[in-house]
Amino acid sequence: MASATTDRPSSSVRGLIAERGGDFSGYSFAFLDDMAKREIRRATLKAVAIPGHQVPFGSREMPIARGWGTGGLQLTLSLVGSEDRVKVIDQGDDASVNAVNLRRLVAQMTGAEETLDTAEATLIQTRHRIPEEVMRDDQILIFQVPIPEPLRFIERSVAVARGMHAEQDYSRMWLALYEDIVRRGEISAGAGYPVMVNSRFIMAPSPIPRWDIPKLNQADTLFLFGAGREKRIYAVPPHTDVRPLEFEDYAFKTEEFDGLACEVSGATDVYLVESPGENGTSRWTASDTNYADKVAAGIEVNKQW
Amino acid sequence: MGYSSVRGGLEAIGHAEQLIAGAVTDTDHEVGVEQVPGHLELLLDQVMGEGGLYDPQLGALAVKQAEGDPLEAGFLLRAYRTTLPRLGYSVPSSGRDTRVLRRISSAFRDIPGGQLLGKTRDYTQRLIDFGLGQKRAPSEGSNGTGEVNGAHATQPAEPLAPLPDEDEFPLVIDVLRAEGYMAPEPSEPVEDEPFDVTREPLRFPTRRSARLQVLARGETGAMLSLAYAGMRGYGGAHGYIGELRQGDLPVVISHPVTGKHARIGRVPVTESYQVVGGQATKADERPDYTMGYGIVTGRNERKAISMSIIDGSLKKEHKTGASIEDEEYVLHHIDAVEAMGFVEHLKLPHYVDFQASLQRTNSVRKLVQAARSNG
Repeated sequence: MASATTDRPSSSVRGLIAERGGDFSGYSFAFLDDMAKREIRRATLKAVAIPGHQVPFGSREMPIARGWGTGGLQLTLSLVGSEDRVKVIDQGDDASVNAVNLRRLVAQMTGAEETLDTAEATLIQTRHRIPEEVMRDDQILIFQVPIPEPLRFIERSVAVARGMHAEQDYSRMWLALYEDIVRRGEISAGAGYPVMVNSRFIMAPSPIPRWDIPKLNQADTLFLFGAGREKRIYAVPPHTDVRPLEFEDYAFKTEEFDGLACEVSGATDVYLVESPGENGTSRWTASDTNYADKVAAGIEVNKQW
Repeated sequence: MGYSSVRGGLEAIGHAEQLIAGAVTDTDHEVGVEQVPGHLELLLDQVMGEGGLYDPQLGALAVKQAEGDPLEAGFLLRAYRTTLPRLGYSVPSSGRDTRVLRRISSAFRDIPGGQLLGKTRDYTQRLIDFGLGQKRAPSEGSNGTGEVNGAHATQPAEPLAPLPDEDEFPLVIDVLRAEGYMAPEPSEPVEDEPFDVTREPLRFPTRRSARLQVLARGETGAMLSLAYAGMRGYGGAHGYIGELRQGDLPVVISHPVTGKHARIGRVPVTESYQVVGGQATKADERPDYTMGYGIVTGRNERKAISMSIIDGSLKKEHKTGASIEDEEYVLHHIDAVEAMGFVEHLKLPHYVDFQASLQRTNSVRKLVQAARSNG
């Protein structure tokens, strides 16, 4: 993202890596070759221009397994410059092993700085959470996406679903939601609640909890979504309308934690996860660990998205 | 620092890496990479085929590094291959040009050029050769006759028949074409340049070159299973192997300066021509048979035959609605890197999503309880 415009002794990518002590002479800067980066950037620009539309791209095999964040990783690597500060979270947690692995790969391949601090990061790659702390317009949030197609479970054919999006033919989606209410009393989607972007495309927000869905609406931040295995990139640009699908008499609701607080930090009004203990007890902690750390340290954090 | 740092993700990863490295190198009898092509050739062939990169040296490294896991080794090759630039494409080669080492037909007893059994385990008895576990004197292992201690030691080595010349083996499929049982070969290539599945996402319906690429890189076990299901009644039919051939296929390019064709080497391949019937109907007179085609690098007859069965099923005009006839179903699910990646990603934490799911379940429970208490 940040471009290297300062005068440098070496202008070659390999020289730059060597300057930083890297030993990846067999690989390009940021792993991807230039053609791959260019293609991903083109797809990203198209995705930003058509909010919520899934843009196919020639997803590359990455040095981590497909299905483990390769879509997000390709976006991150196509954007990152050596002056960026990169944060990676998995389920909100910077210390989760896959997040650690992805973050060190990005740092190794680019010389970018690693950070755990949401406010400090220029690029945040995430799996299944949007940070509690409000993000700014100079930051980008990159989602890892397992299944980019919100219609997949009502129409398994990719070709047919693509046609439905083109024609904005979402009647079967609405019908499925209606049938869900008839059968279960409410819309049962938990993580990955379908949303309407810019009044045009239904979009899979990746399996973020309902808690995070309202943050997508009219945010200052650019949201990019990368599905490596499924070879799709899509985006929600800043200041875009994003609405959860709902009926007038069955309004969308987020998760409720009934006054529970994070046991570690004391933070309230945050997304909590439960750790069952012995004797039927439960321990509740904030899933966003950096936010919990800040609250515990007495730092004031804006979380009014 | 807060609690997030106490779990020591980085430290744990470091230890895991040490354990893996130890499995490959910490031993008195470390497997030499140079042993892989000679001794584990079929494994290497599978890895290179599914990895989409024919390079025995790199493939051998991948096999060693992956502790012999063919899917992991293929993945290593893919993750390296994808960083290489594509310099160009070869000129289309035909199976007719293969330097044949083995070829059989099960559709005809006698075929032009004759059947050539070649190197196969098909008619061997699957008895464990306990003699292989015994140490041999160094000289015995390299006498070039294939003679080993144990069960085979008593059998005198027959001198092998000389290798046949090229051009001796016309394709069996041409016989069927000449007699009008099968549509003639297209007069010119259908596509000028192949669709490249490593550079572009698939679009359905796919072009022929895209379909064949995905099948050729597919995972052997997955394709075997699909082909078997098709034969058992879930879609396909019991076709016939018009021809199965194994040998070295020349790779020819257009010389970048002169434009003349130049052979730059050969790649060992296994080819299967499946004869699938049932196209003609009372209303529509046409050649009854169509060809299902399979080709894989190296020696992998199981996958080549499976591929030709799947290709034949995908080509069928009168479909039964089975999975093996559905292009999206087949091509989306046979890739080892994609399938194992997504299935095994379930090992990643999902507690945020699961919490969201529990909340919905509890919500429905409350609704049910409220409804019951209201009578």
